[in-house]
Amino acid sequence: MSELREQIENVIESEDVALFMKGTPQFVMCGNSSRALEALRRAGAPVTAVDVLPDPRIRQELSAVSSWPTIPQVFVRGELIGGADIVEELAQSGELERTLEGKLGPDYRGTGSERVVTVS
Amino acid sequence: MSIDLLRSLLEQAFPDASELAVEDRTGGADHFQVTVTSARFDGLPLLDQHQLVNEVLAAPLADGTIHELRIRTKGSQ
Repeated sequence: MSELREQIENVIESEDVALFMKGTPQFVMCGNSSRALEALRRAGAPVTAVDVLPDPRIRQELSAVSSWPTIPQVFVRGELIGGADIVEELAQSGELERTLEGKLGPDYRGTGSERVVTVS
Repeated sequence: MSIDLLRSLLEQAFPDASELAVEDRTGGADHFQVTVTSARFDGLPLLDQHQLVNEVLAAPLADGTIHELRIRTKGSQ
């Protein structure tokens, strides 16, 4: 197992809400990443973002771990929730907030601020 | 990838689909919106529904032929 893959798995397992995206929340580089981020923000999710663009291997290793082919990818407590379309659809139906409450507890809003971690 | 090829891949994978729509979002043949309504999605979580579509398009997604894919799936009910 590569060191990079271990780092990716560590982020997935240890962060409450992990968003693998193109760019960063401050400088989003892709429409779908922006849609996922905005849906998570509206739900009040404590997002930890990882930019996949610095190294193409990040995306390769991530997809090998998750079996999900596209970016963005959203994980809550280690479980893949989906990409932009799913997160948006779940947000619209209210299911995203229910999932966050179920996994993080009813007081998940405000439990953490948005932050960025890097893997390499 | 041509919109016709994308459509035919999906038609082969979902021969029972009651709705199958493919839209080239930018005209550049690499940003697509696909909509599939099929009884195969019945009872499946959204994640698994989308994964069925992803699997059909695994090769063009992996090699970048499809740069961006938006998916909308619906069950038969």
